Parts: sequence; structure tokens; C-alpha cells
Amino acid sequence: MRTLPEPFAGWFAARGWTPRPHQLALLDAAKAGEHVLLLAPTGGGKTLAGFLPSLVDLAARPHDGLHTIYISPLKALAVDIARNLTAPVSDMALDISIETRTGDTPVNRRARQRENPPNILLTTPESLTLLLSLPGAPAMFAGLAAIVVDEAHALAGTKRGDQLALCMSRLAALAPGARRIGLSATVAHPEALRTWLSPSARAGDVRLVETRGGAMPVFDLQLPEGRLPWGGHMGLASAPEIYRRIEAARVTIVFVNTRAQAELIFAALWRLNEAALPIAMHHGSLEIGLRRKVEAAMAEGRLRGVVATASLDLGIDWGDVDQVIQVGAPKGVSRLLQRVGRANHRMDEPSRAVLVPANRFEVVECVAATEAVQAGDLDGEPPRPGGLDVLAQHVLAMACSAPFDEDALYAEVTRAGPYAALARHDFADVVRFVEDGGYALQAYDRFRKLFRDSEGRMHVRGPQVVRQFRMNLGTIVETPLLKVRVRGGGVVGEVEEYFVSTLEPGDCFLFGGQVLRYERLDPGAVIVSRGGDGEPRVPVYAGSRMPLTTYLAARVRAILSDPRRWRHLPDPVKEWLRLQRLKSELPPKDGLLVETFPRGGKWFLMAYTFEGRLAHQTLGMLLTKRMERLGMAPLGYVGTDYVLAIWSAFEPHDIAALFTEDILGDEMEEWLAESSMLRRTFRNIATIAGLLEKNHPGQEKSGRQMTMNSDLIYDVLRRHQPDHILLRATRAEAAQGLTDVARIASLLARVKGRIRHRVLKQVSPLAVPALIEEGREWVAGGAEDALLAEAAALVEDATDGAEHFSETLAEITDSLPVRGTSVPRERRRSRHVRGVPKMVTGR
Amino acid sequence: MTAAPVHIAGERLMLDPGGVLHWPARRTLVVADLHFEKGSAFAARGRLVPPYDTRETLSRLAPLLRLYGPRRIVFLGDSFHDAEGCTRLMEADRTALLHALAGIETIWVAGNHDPAPPVGLPGTAVEELRDGPLTFRHIPTPRAVAEIAGHLHPRATAPTRAGGVARACFISDGRRVLMPAFGAYTGGLDAADPAIAGLFPRGGRAFLLGTERLFSFPLAPKRSTVAVPVTTFGSAQDLPLFAGIKLRNG
Repeated sequence: MRTLPEPFAGWFAARGWTPRPHQLALLDAAKAGEHVLLLAPTGGGKTLAGFLPSLVDLAARPHDGLHTIYISPLKALAVDIARNLTAPVSDMALDISIETRTGDTPVNRRARQRENPPNILLTTPESLTLLLSLPGAPAMFAGLAAIVVDEAHALAGTKRGDQLALCMSRLAALAPGARRIGLSATVAHPEALRTWLSPSARAGDVRLVETRGGAMPVFDLQLPEGRLPWGGHMGLASAPEIYRRIEAARVTIVFVNTRAQAELIFAALWRLNEAALPIAMHHGSLEIGLRRKVEAAMAEGRLRGVVATASLDLGIDWGDVDQVIQVGAPKGVSRLLQRVGRANHRMDEPSRAVLVPANRFEVVECVAATEAVQAGDLDGEPPRPGGLDVLAQHVLAMACSAPFDEDALYAEVTRAGPYAALARHDFADVVRFVEDGGYALQAYDRFRKLFRDSEGRMHVRGPQVVRQFRMNLGTIVETPLLKVRVRGGGVVGEVEEYFVSTLEPGDCFLFGGQVLRYERLDPGAVIVSRGGDGEPRVPVYAGSRMPLTTYLAARVRAILSDPRRWRHLPDPVKEWLRLQRLKSELPPKDGLLVETFPRGGKWFLMAYTFEGRLAHQTLGMLLTKRMERLGMAPLGYVGTDYVLAIWSAFEPHDIAALFTEDILGDEMEEWLAESSMLRRTFRNIATIAGLLEKNHPGQEKSGRQMTMNSDLIYDVLRRHQPDHILLRATRAEAAQGLTDVARIASLLARVKGRIRHRVLKQVSPLAVPALIEEGREWVAGGAEDALLAEAAALVEDATDGAEHFSETLAEITDSLPVRGTSVPRERRRSRHVRGVPKMVTGR
Repeated sequence: MTAAPVHIAGERLMLDPGGVLHWPARRTLVVADLHFEKGSAFAARGRLVPPYDTRETLSRLAPLLRLYGPRRIVFLGDSFHDAEGCTRLMEADRTALLHALAGIETIWVAGNHDPAPPVGLPGTAVEELRDGPLTFRHIPTPRAVAEIAGHLHPRATAPTRAGGVARACFISDGRRVLMPAFGAYTGGLDAADPAIAGLFPRGGRAFLLGTERLFSFPLAPKRSTVAVPVTTFGSAQDLPLFAGIKLRNG
């Protein structure tokens, strides 16, 4: 085995460390001039491994200017790594300059970094894009020797990953000698990750170094005392057990699935906290200063527990965590492993984790996930093609840096993994979109953003285009948020405008672990006071719930269908499944079980599809459209991660005809026109591509102007140019993302000819959880008009046409949220019309 | 399409679910806030939104003109998004507009976006139009009676059992009518916003536009309501839409 050169060998020895095999392997790869992907569990000295070759090289051959660029998905991580790296460099008295550059870097330091870049620059994908859009980029990056990408698994497959892949392609053009080093957690598809990292979009050009975690994690299943809940996702019934476990451990991270769940679990723990344990909360909507305080307290060992969402999934090492508790189902195997890895950051000791399922299905899911971990199986989405919206932004960035030749840029772009299969004509359409909007109607000749010179090179039209680009760079589109400000105090975080629109002054809600009373809305901030009476509400955030992965769903089905595999299940769950077998049958491993039964004057159709909430939402919409066409008069539906339930006025028959693949044809087209999910997708794509702006240079924020929102644009564009590049991108993205159409297609193909239909006299045991699920969708003949008519008639009836009767109306309708496209379709049903299946369809 | 009658100063006015007002006694059609060429106005500032808005707006107006066959049409201001809007009309759109207006007396009421009359289009430009007991002007004035105005792009959210449904709307209290914005790219301001609610101190009725008919809901008298902005996209250039009608007391 190789050894380290001095002074590194001495520095390791002084600490009693020996270099780990993968650290030496990365040195080898550097010597051979190879690109490399390192897969290692957290706590494996991964980051040091990534930097070691650069440090060794810089120690041996002092370098003028930029040598290594490090890219991390988190600003905080870049800052943290800079700190950790500075220590050994100064210990060994090496002459290596290390600096960070993020959105928070002061302007004067940014300017200096452009003039005189450090040897090692730590940054984020967005800041790198900005650097590459500068005219000075070629000079700055010419001497670049290494590109280190941290948490590569969290970037690849996302829009930020697309952006980074494009940036790396540009770096390869500017500095052909630069090696790529990817650092990643263990993943299901290392080939895909290698392809993403590769400068040629070929996996074979990236050496794979893999370290397997030493000890297998140890899992415990924690059920609530007493009855096991049928439904719900919060896991509040287990709060006493969670508290006892926190008490028994040194430091615990309690991972939950949503921010709302974090608030509720935290509040429940706080009520139980008789021993006054220091327990904190961490989620993405808390004010950043508060989050930093929690992180600091954690790092200093002042906390016994922290309730956290995905905001703590990545990054910084918390040191002494000895227990991880996952409340609610894990939803994915890789995600579970990532979270479990936050405990006991040492590779040679087993991590300990406690799974706390919130309901019966989640018990099965937890068992399936632990079995998968023990079998060493991971899930992960297969690679998807890069987004055209991200490409549009990149094309403009490149034009801002220097005039480009379209063919040369196309060649460069297709060397990036996500764009390897990009068709030349799609690329041309993206360039045309950037140039003049890409409309069939040649209306904007005068307003072009790019122009072509006599040699065919594309230039930006002027400095205002560049300014506009810089102000809107980035691939993260936020849902509109409002700051929450305590009256006479500071900002405590942010909530979605949608949530605020459902509040009345005096209403209370739970936020940041305290009950806040809504007072009023000031421009840009929600003013609240502490305390308040009544049951507090909990803010919900759009898209915060992860759907069950396909892989885990298959494992859940396999367990359900085979009683021999029930031995790890707790007794109440076994009993539940036995009852299901008796009253109906168990969902088959590969086919599809559909139950129909009458209840309360309606017919229910339960499809045990296990394709995740998003796919079920979409499938519910498509199936109800078809049922409407077949005269079954569907009334509504609800999708959980496991089951789709539809209720209708008439008995559904010929079930096989419902679940056919052609449902993705006509019904799909009709649905595309209306879908709020598609509208949301379009809004994001149009923003990233630069059609809609997050910010506009030199604009004043005063005055009340009527907004032109993305819905209006979507409607007009859809009517007049349905094949526009952004609409194509929207459909492509919806197919895999928000709407999971791809998953529905594979489901329908899988179950073809294998549908088991059982007509029951009454509700089956497996059906119960879905029927008590919240978040139902109503069918209204595809149109809101019918709903409006019903409401107008209802109001008229209730009041005999009186003009002013808000009090009466309040009783009929509860406060109803505005239905927009940027908000989740969470429905609150009126108390008084609950269960009235009066309106059937609009036809 | 079923229009709904309202009576203002003894005159019967028909509110059409297409978003226009018809005055049968004078065979007059009123339409507000078309904001023609809003798309190209944005393009001029570097935002290349689809250039089809004028075409779309015209394609909605033409069938209404055919339906009512008015003798006179009153454009209630902000017909063009900016003063130069009329010069940016594409030839095809200009032809379509001229064709639609042929043989109809055209009144261009001045708006804040288009204070000057459009160049090269037929018709008479006025600050406001008085006819019989009625006054037609762009910006509504507080405490006015028998006034037909636009400018505010009213929009209201009606409660349904499947959540609130937000639509552009007419608002009337028997004294005045506030017109919905007609343009394809015009957003809306919630009826609960003080700018609108202040015009209807005794409350009124919102008529939400539907495909076939209007949906009528009462508006509460002005009280201490709080308007809640709901932006539908993150442009700060255009301030947030205000939505969230408060049909419930605070």
C-alpha cells in the first residue's frame, strides 16, 4: 500500500491516524490523472479524501491562482469545510489559500476573488454559474486542476445537478486538464452517478472507489402503547415513547417527514418534558439565525435532542449523536440509511435507529425498509434527462460570458451526462427561446436578447440583458412565502401565503415551537403575538411530503402478499392482515387488487396500487374522468401512498376497462388543460428558463399593479402555440415529477390482465386507513362551474336571498382557502355539507 | 350564455358572463381593461412572454360583438397597456380589431395606462362618458352614483365544498357597477381589498364569471377585514394579487 508524502504522513501520525484505503485510492487516481467517484457512508473521512490529492499537489508544487474548486449543495457546508480544511493547512504550515464564495460573500471580497482567486475555492452550483457567466471566466479557470463535488448524490438528478453538470462541461472546455472528484453517500445506481460526473457522459471514464460501511445499522420498531392507529401520519400517539428514548440516550435526532409534523411532535415532546431536557427543533422555514443557533448548540453538545426535517439530512457533522429516531414511514431506503447515518459518525460502530410508524401501513413500510437495508438493497430513481429550462438559463449564462458558436456549445452541452441524449433541434429551440422567446409568431424581433454576428456567433444584446440574467439566476423556485414577525420583536421564520390566506385575525397557529396569534398582515410580513386561545392550526407547505419510492412499494407489496413474511410484524398488524384475507383478499405481489363495496349511499372503489401519493392523485383524476364517461357518476377520490379510493353514485363495473393504458390518452389530454400541478410545473419552468422573473433590475416595489400571473400565460400559450418549447418541457417534467405519469404507465402495464376485482358487502380492513385520510379531491364534472353553481344555490337557500348574511355563510362554509395554482390542493370540507353526495357531475 | 340584469338609476343593464356589460336601451356594449399589447410591453423590457395576448383578447371580444350587435361600444379605459401600445399592434391583429369595430360607434374612455386616444383607430376619445343618468369612467370615484367603472380588476373567491374558487367578477350594489378586466393578461384584485371594499360601504353583490352564466355571491359590508396577498408568481414588478374574499367576520 502506498503511504502519504511528508508533511502529511507526519501530520496523520501525530494524530495517531492512519490514512484510510479510500483516501490512498483517491491519491492513486490523482496520480493516474483519472476522474473518480468515491462512495462512502458518512463519517468515513470522505471530504478529506477528496481534498488530499489537491493538498499534496499544492504542497509539492505551489500554484498561482485557482487550483481546486469545491462545490457543495449547501452554503453552510462550504463554510464548514473551509474551516475544517484551514486547520491542517496551518498545522502543516502550507502556503495554500482557501476561501468560500456564496451568495453571502461580501461584494468587495467577490471582486478580489475575481482578480486574485485563492488556490482552493469552496462554492455552490449557483455561485459557480455566476462565475462562469463573467467575461473573465476563461482566465480565472484556465489553471484549474481539480473539481470536487460533495454530496454528489444529492445533486445528480435534480435541476441543480443539471446546472452543475453543464457548468462542469464548461470548466472542461476552459481547463481540459481538470480532474473531477465526486463524493457521495452509497447509492443504488453508481453507474448513473458516474455518468453524471463524467466529462464524456460515459461512466467508464470515472473510476469508482467504494467503501462499504463496517457495521450494519441496528433498528428498533417502536409502537405506541395501546391501540395502533389506523390512519394519520404524525405519530403523535408515540410521543411518550419517543420522549423516554430521548431521556435514555445522550443525543438524539428525531427525524420527521414534514415541517407540520416537526411542529406537532416538538409540541408534544415539550408538553411531556418534565425533566426539562434541552430539546430543539430544526426545519427549513425557521429563520436562518434560529437554525444556526440550533446547529451551534448541537455541535457544542448542549442539546439532548433535536426534532428535524430533511433540513438536517445533509451536511455538517453533529458529532455526538448516538440515536436517530425516524417518526413516520421512511418513504425510501436510501433516505432512511442517510438519516440513520447521522448517528454515531464512526464507520466501525453500528448506527442505532428507532423507527416509529404512525399507522398500520407504515408499520409494514418500516419493516420493508429495514429488511431492504439489511439486504443491502437501495432504491433510487433512475437517471432522467436534464431540464430544458435549466439549459435555457445556461445558454444565456454562456452568452453573457462570451459570444458562442451554436454548434460548439451544443457539443459542449452534450458532453454533460444529463444532456448526452439532447437532440440538436431541441437545443436549437432552446437557443431560439433565449433569443426571442421562440414563438411561431415573429413578434419580438426588436426585443431579441441575443443577436448573431456575420460569423454566426451569438452575442447578448446589451448590459441590461446581463443584469437581468444575474438577478434571476438559480434553479430553486420558492413558493411565495411571508415572513412571520412577532409584534415588537423579530422575524421567527416564514409561512406560505396560502396558509395565511386561511387565517382570520385572532386565529392561532403553531410555529417554531410556540403558539402564535395572527394579528394582521403588513406588507411582506405576518404580524403575530405570542400565545392565544383555542386549538392552534399548523402551517402546511406545498410539496413537502415525499412519495413512497417504487422500490420500497414493491417490498411492501411482497410482504403483504406473503403471510410467511409477516413474522417481523407486530401482532395488531398481523391480525389486521389476517382479517383482510378473511373478508377480502391480500393485494398480490405483481397484480392489482381492486375492491368495490357500498357504504353510506355511495359505492367505493379501492385500488391497492402502491405507487405513491403523487401518482395516485393523478390516477384518481384520470380514473374519475373515465368513470364519468362510463356513467358511473364519480363523486370524489383520495390517494394515500398505498391506496387510491374513489367513491361514486353508481356501482363501478368492468374494472379491467378502467385500468387500461389508453387512459393516458384522451383523459390525460383533458386533464392537462386543467391540472393545477401542471400549472405549478409550468410556473417553475418558466421562471428557471427566464420567461418569468424573480427580480427585475431597477424596479420600484410600490404601487398596486395587476399582476400577469403564470396561469394566464399558460392558458394563452397553450391555446396559441401548444408545442412551444416550455410547454414541451412542462409535459416532460410532469411525466416524471409532480404527476408521476411515468409511474402510472408502468403500473398499468404491470397489472394488465392481472386485476383481481372483489365485490364486497362492506368496507374491508385494508380500506379503512384510506377512508379516514384527509386531503380529498372532489370531482365536479371537470369544471369548477358546477361547484360554483352549487355554492351559489346553497347560499341562496340558506338566506332566502338576503343581501348581507356573512354570519350564516360562515356557518355553511368554514373559512375556505383560495384555490390557486401555487398552493396545494388541501381541502377543508364544510361541517354542514359533509357527506352530501348531492352533486354528481356537471354533465 | 345567460346574462344577469342589474338596475342602476332605473336603467336595466345586462351583465354578461363573458365579462362585458350590455345596455339594451342604448344598444351599448361596455368592456373594461383590455390591456392590449401587454405582452409586447413586457417584451420591450426584456420579458419575452407569449405575444398572443392581443389575439386572444380579440378572439374573446368578437363573438360578444356578434351576439349583441351593439350600435356603440365603450372601451372603459386601459384598452392598451401603455401609450405606445397601439403602435405595436401586429398587422393581423389591427385588421381583426378594425373588422370587429366596423359600423360600431366606438368610444375610447381614457385610462391611466392609455391617457391619450389610440393612434390610427376609429372612434372618439373622451375622459368620461355621460349618457342619460349613467356615467362611464375608468377610475371609480368614491360615493359616486350611477357610475360604471373599471380599473380595479375585481376578483372574488367563492366558497365551494371543494375549496375556494377565485374568478374575475362584476361587483354592484345597485348604485354602481365595477367591471371585471377583460384582457387575456390581466390579473385581479380581491374584492376584499380596501380599494374595492371602500367603494361598497354597504356591501354588494359579486357576480363571478362562469362559462355559461354568472354566479352571484353577497359581499359583506366593509368592516375590519384584512386583505391577504396571494401571489401567483414571484415577480415583484407586478405586485401580488390580492385574493381571499372574507365572507366571514373577523
